[in-house]
Amino acid sequence: MSARRSTAAALLTLAVATAALAGCSQKKDDKASADAVKVNATDSACEVSKTSFPAGHVVIDIANKGSKTTEVYVYGDGDKIITERENIGPGTKASITAEIKAGSYEIACKPGMVGDGIRQKITVTGDAASSGASTDPRLTAAVDAYRTYAQEQADATIPVVTQFADAIKAGDLEKAKSLFAPSRTGWERTEPVAESFGDIDPKTDTREDGLEPGQEWTGWHKLEKSLWADARIGDDEKKLADQLVTDLKDWQTKIPAAEITATSMANGAKELLDEVATGKITGEEDRYSHTDLADFAANVEGAQKAYELLKPVASEKDAELAKTLDAEFTAIQALLAKYKQADGGYTSYDKVTEAERKTFSDAVNSLGEPLSKLAAAVVVK
Amino acid sequence: MDAENQQQSGTPAGTDADAAASGRGGADRGPISRRAVIGWAGAGVAIGAAGVGSVAAATRQDDDTPAPAATPANIPFYGEHQSGIATPVQDRLHFAAFDVSATATRESLVKMLKEWSKAAAAMTGGREVGTGAASGLPEAPPDDTGEALGLPASRLTLTIGFGPGLFEKDGVDRFGLKARRPEALIDLPNFKGDKLDPQRSGGDLCVQACADDPQVAVHAIRNLARIGMGTVNIRWSQLGFGKTSSTTPDAQTPRNMMGFKDGTHNIAGSDTAKLAEHVWVAPGEGPDWMTGGSYLVARRIRMHIETWDRTSLKEQEDVFGRTKGEGAPYGKPKEHDAPDLKAMPEDSHVRLAHPDSNSGLMILRRGFSFTDGTDGLGRLDAGLFFLAYQRDSRKAFVPLQQRLASSDKLNEYIQHVGSAHFACPAGVRKPGEWWGQALFG
Repeated sequence: MSARRSTAAALLTLAVATAALAGCSQKKDDKASADAVKVNATDSACEVSKTSFPAGHVVIDIANKGSKTTEVYVYGDGDKIITERENIGPGTKASITAEIKAGSYEIACKPGMVGDGIRQKITVTGDAASSGASTDPRLTAAVDAYRTYAQEQADATIPVVTQFADAIKAGDLEKAKSLFAPSRTGWERTEPVAESFGDIDPKTDTREDGLEPGQEWTGWHKLEKSLWADARIGDDEKKLADQLVTDLKDWQTKIPAAEITATSMANGAKELLDEVATGKITGEEDRYSHTDLADFAANVEGAQKAYELLKPVASEKDAELAKTLDAEFTAIQALLAKYKQADGGYTSYDKVTEAERKTFSDAVNSLGEPLSKLAAAVVVK
Repeated sequence: MDAENQQQSGTPAGTDADAAASGRGGADRGPISRRAVIGWAGAGVAIGAAGVGSVAAATRQDDDTPAPAATPANIPFYGEHQSGIATPVQDRLHFAAFDVSATATRESLVKMLKEWSKAAAAMTGGREVGTGAASGLPEAPPDDTGEALGLPASRLTLTIGFGPGLFEKDGVDRFGLKARRPEALIDLPNFKGDKLDPQRSGGDLCVQACADDPQVAVHAIRNLARIGMGTVNIRWSQLGFGKTSSTTPDAQTPRNMMGFKDGTHNIAGSDTAKLAEHVWVAPGEGPDWMTGGSYLVARRIRMHIETWDRTSLKEQEDVFGRTKGEGAPYGKPKEHDAPDLKAMPEDSHVRLAHPDSNSGLMILRRGFSFTDGTDGLGRLDAGLFFLAYQRDSRKAFVPLQQRLASSDKLNEYIQHVGSAHFACPAGVRKPGEWWGQALFG
């Protein structure tokens, strides 16, 4: 993906939400950060930095300064949950983003995650209709579920990438090769989220031709070149392997702070297909290992996950689009299945003919084009 | 190539004769700007002035809305015959052949053709596709790709054709159309000397976009391809420039890449008698859905530019049987003088292709020059993208090309590298109808 990384965050609007987590986003979201509603949660108080703010895209930065794990809710009339974040550990910070319409609400902190919580009334001002905001609880739930998915993918990646690094450090070339593609699966499934942390992707997933002047080449693709093109594991590779693990752990810890919206989920799904269309179809992504189809499959899986989560709303608002997407996901999965190997991997991409690549390309375009309409279908107007 | 097989007609004239001949003076040449017609809210004024009235505003997304009256920049999409055949040849071409995707169904194909027809009506009318290039939801990609924003319609025409693969592919009747395949839509035979590249040949569907502005022609194909994603995919495409045939014989005859005037005696787009005799399929000739249509043969003809350029002038003129400067047939002073075939070398191109040498057969040509970089051997990949329309290819292009392929002296300097054959149905007559309706309906 590296070639397009610089614009990815802007495209996705998956910018990291905030100053709450030091160092995770220096530049992207200063405005959101400045506008953020800050919540200081303790065992006995729930201090809200402002009780009136404009409707629309709202960022709530939470700091748990108490001794108990807490959760924070925004309630509408009748305790309707507008948005929430559970499991905020003592001493940790978290951020919630939501589209909130004008109206009266309550923010509640629940130390120990029990009871009605310590509540504070807030007013969201402005014209609800003009804000374009959505408070569809199904979308809020979809975003939460997608964040959970992204977290699970990162959590599952760390053990595999650690094994990959261990094999390199043991000088075991063949084992390292066998773990290269699996170590990328979780990342590739949730790449738009991963890329939204602008500082991680350049370190982990840059291709040689995507380097900025003066940038040191690190990460998966450097190791890929060493393993396949040079068939060599030296001290440098061992250091790079450790660095990759460190960088990916950084990614893992940042996911709770990633700014995810229904719109960014939908467009992120489309972005995953765009990744396939530009980098994988040509075989550029994994040019030494030819494991492109493994990345391809992971991109499609991640896109499908986002779509499935948004589907309840999408199918209500645009049934025909949902029908098309169902059919196209099925078609592309069937196509990929033909290339699946007994060991769970995929056919080496250098064995895939030009004619077959055209078939893949057509399938990707057939899915990517309707997928580009998903965001519009889930936006509440 | 230059099938010099037409009757003499007309006299040379200035380059503006196109417009003059078709009754389109320069006074109201002002283009209909897409920008001016964008968004019917703003366009309400313009549309209202054109007499369509406020109904148009209420049907903004329905591109079946009649376009304002034709202007020099605007060729009507609706009509008895498809535009882009007898229409005065525009300056530029973007031609695309499509394959129908393996996952497509008859239903999805019909849906696409309906959407294509709406988009074609909009674009040929100088309007944007769907909700346009810069309106619609901010979260969604625009319906129109936008590179033709602010450009006039530029006499854009879009012409659709159906290839053999639509009716039967690899022995499979994919869309229940096998029985409706016209007998005239043959798989073209191999001609001597052909070196066809499968990547530049065939196709289940084609769309010919002609316009005076290449950006407008490219935009049109791009938007149709986008609409068709999932149902069709581009098999190959070709850009063309410098029309090499004229359907307006009064206009100055254009030159091909060999420097010779080409299409001196093409069928005039205004010659309804000849069009009926040679171009339009008559009732009862094959399936009803082809009545009023025409068969299109597309050939990518590579020219051996470098060897041609080092050929003596005498040899070049002998190859054609015409003079290079004036374009006059051998033994005659003027381009449009009736040729004395016997004065031309026996293997000259014009002599072999002339109707008098071919029992009077004629085809309507709309060829364009192309140059696509080099071929990797330092040679220019250039030549003629030959497009010919006829009532029955079996009786027109095929015998003509068989004759040329076996004897034409020009063969030393050219090679046919791409080939396709399409059945182009009659025109979409009015809003609400669609390309292929008679075939699928």
